[in-house]
Amino acid sequence: MGLTGIQIYKLLPKTNCKECGEPTCLAFAMKLAAGKAELAKCPYVSDEAKEQLSEASAPPIRGITLGTGENAFKIGEEVVLYRHEKTFVNQPGYGILITDTMDDTEVEAKIKRLNEMFFERVGLTLTADFAALKNESGDPSKFESLTQKVMGLTQKALVLISENVDALSAAGKVAKDRRPLLYAATKENADQVGALAKELGVPVAAKANGLDELIELSEKLTSIGLKDIVLDPGNRKLKDLYADLHFHRRAALKDKFKPLGFPFITFPNEMTDDPMKEALYAAIFVAKYAGLIVLSDLDAHRMLPLTVQRLNIYTDPQRPMIMEQGIYEINKPDKSSPVLLTTNFALTYFIVSAEIEASRVPSWLLVMDTEGLSVLTAWSAGKFVADAIAPFVKKSGIEEKVDHRNIIIPGYVAQISGELEEELGGDWKVVLGTREASDIPAFLRTYASKG
Amino acid sequence: MAFTPPLEKYAGKIREVVIGKGDKVVKLGGHNAMPGCIFDGDFPNLPKIALEVFDSAPEDWAPEAIKPYEDVVNDPVAWAKKAVDVYNAELVCLHLKSTDPNGENVGADEAAQLAKKVSDSISVPLIVLGSGNAEKDGEVAAKVCEVCAGQNLLVGLAVEDNYKKIGAAAIGYGHCVAAQSPIDVNLAKQLNILLDNLGVPLDKIVMEPSTGALGYGIEYTYSVMERIELAALSQNDDKMQLPIMNIMAVETWKTREAKLDVDAEPTFGDLSKRGILWEAMTAVDLILSGTSLLIMRHPEAVRLTKEIIEELYLGK
Ligand code: B12
Ligand code: SF4
Repeated sequence: MGLTGIQIYKLLPKTNCKECGEPTCLAFAMKLAAGKAELAKCPYVSDEAKEQLSEASAPPIRGITLGTGENAFKIGEEVVLYRHEKTFVNQPGYGILITDTMDDTEVEAKIKRLNEMFFERVGLTLTADFAALKNESGDPSKFESLTQKVMGLTQKALVLISENVDALSAAGKVAKDRRPLLYAATKENADQVGALAKELGVPVAAKANGLDELIELSEKLTSIGLKDIVLDPGNRKLKDLYADLHFHRRAALKDKFKPLGFPFITFPNEMTDDPMKEALYAAIFVAKYAGLIVLSDLDAHRMLPLTVQRLNIYTDPQRPMIMEQGIYEINKPDKSSPVLLTTNFALTYFIVSAEIEASRVPSWLLVMDTEGLSVLTAWSAGKFVADAIAPFVKKSGIEEKVDHRNIIIPGYVAQISGELEEELGGDWKVVLGTREASDIPAFLRTYASKG
Repeated sequence: MAFTPPLEKYAGKIREVVIGKGDKVVKLGGHNAMPGCIFDGDFPNLPKIALEVFDSAPEDWAPEAIKPYEDVVNDPVAWAKKAVDVYNAELVCLHLKSTDPNGENVGADEAAQLAKKVSDSISVPLIVLGSGNAEKDGEVAAKVCEVCAGQNLLVGLAVEDNYKKIGAAAIGYGHCVAAQSPIDVNLAKQLNILLDNLGVPLDKIVMEPSTGALGYGIEYTYSVMERIELAALSQNDDKMQLPIMNIMAVETWKTREAKLDVDAEPTFGDLSKRGILWEAMTAVDLILSGTSLLIMRHPEAVRLTKEIIEELYLGK
């Protein structure tokens, strides 16, 4: 990425020895530029050239990993402004704020929410990612013991927040094997905090007053050899921060402007006292370019929409998530249990199966391959219509599993009932189900009791 | 050396569409940059919020969504007044749901009379939508246009199968058209071209790109809208330079997340706040992807959304 074939050629030995498998160094350079060859194929490139080339081919926004093991997560490495150009890459992390002035009960309750908050959706587990520990007391030893305590309570990643170098150093030493983020190097303490990050080998955040100062700080940290940097322009007003986030993404991608080529950390928790508003800020930063998002708390009613927001914005717009076609057993069905039909769009399947499960009525769910399209979309596209459904039902094997011939179809495709009954033939009867899945439990209970 | 922020200047601009008449007027669109990017261009009109009114009492609404309207659900006129006077609706959107031929099948005349009554009793412009049955919607909308002649309502939904009827009535009686296409940039453009050929001025059309709620297709709506806005602005595509509207509350409040209480889903948390946030977060996504007009339901979601709009654009 970035360098042209000619620019790369200038860095090669220019001996045309052919050992890379190409007739000339220039030909090799062209292949490299096109991403069709690996630099390692040339045994003679100098270390210096290697470094320059790998730097030039580094992603425009550096990828940073926080945490370790199963709880590690990566941010950055984004390559587009709009998600229809190419899927966004690394979901931003959500974190919960915990301060060293909170009492033990509160700390424990918050960590419990961080550890236990998860939602199942379309077969995925949605969770929060890190604890942001803040040295509110100003006392390094309190901060150190909070860090110690939290490390014992959770395996999740950590962000350590203090502008006091002693406090950061104390907590950083405790947490360094967890790969925490040190927040933050400022204009005042950049030298010491930079040195600390280097000594501990952990990522560091730069916090500034506005983009100009942030760029200076970023350059300073880079100059002392730090690579894993996270940025905070300091703005806490939506309008200004929204601008900063855009300038950062544009400058990094379009101008390959290195000083802003790092992920941003945002603090919705510092922008309002209204928890609902805070969640909306977080949703905005998911869509518009944040890497880390710190929240005051992780209540379920806010985290459910927020984790879904993140999933939606970061899913591949070209490829819907799909289920395998086939017969799904729900609540241990037998030969007399009802048979329901739906499409193989993962979202549709999971909503419908959850409602059938909730109904407690033993059921068979036929999931038909509609190339991952929802009910109405598949119907409009001609994939969920009578002459496609009938052969699928017949071949599915459901006729051997049940001794009745009734099939419940989604209410939204009422119009196919007659034709489907005809195509199925025999004793098959088409029963019209509800439109919304949320009405399935009531529907199934009455249906089952009628026998 | 000070950093020069990289700005985006676009060749195109979204048309300004005016809805309403006299002292009750709302302007949509008119911007020449992507959502919230006030550093790139001008936004003479911020995204507007309409509140919903139904012509018959809703049966399957989430309890949280009914609460604010409990005293008025049987009286669309009182409902509309409450939306404006108590909840500060910038527009009102009347859903003529009972006209559904597979439901109550209320006739076009009766529906149009109701629309006029609602329009006459509120101090903001009115949007009138049908039941979603394309054929009947054409009939109803045409009648609404006639009965409310000259009021410059926003009438719909015009779709591929009924646009001629609605378009012609809108031209004849001086109204704007809400045109819905199924979640595709080219189909949106195609419908605009058809309406244009029919003689509907392009500054009298608002596009509804098909709206999915958070968790239920928002990711598709979001990207289609971004692509429409980009085509309008950077490619200066004349037939795309129309403001976008989103019929979103209907979609958000039918989700299980907005409906299921904690007993049914212990991990989902507080139901009332969750429903409100589901609507507000969907609204925020639509603002970020380029809406000019949101059709919303819960007053608290509206308040939050309005504050976000003002903070984003005006720095409040
Ligand atoms: C996202 C979306 C798309 C995405 C596809 C997403 C996907 N993977 O399916 C894209 C952008 C690709 C798309 C394309 C098209 N779309 Co589309 N799309 C939508 C949108 C916005 C949301 C659909 C969605 O995800 N719903 C959520 C899922 C979970 O809903 P669902 O599958 O219906 O399931 C619910 C119920 O049906 C029920 N249910 C499901 N199964 C069962 C089973 C039983 C037994 C029961 C009882 C109930 C039940 O439970 C679920 C929850 O309540 C809708 C508009 C809307 N707001 O609904 C339009 C919509 C469905 N699309 C439409 C159309 C026309 C199309 C296109 C044909 C347009 C075109 N000509 O290009 C294309 C076809 C695609 C193709 N490949 O050819 C129309 C359909 C019109 C109609 N009334 O028939 C809609 C309604 C938009 C509109 N207003 O015009 N679309
Ligand atoms: S191996 Fe290296 S030096 Fe030899 S031709 Fe290839 S690029 Fe040139």
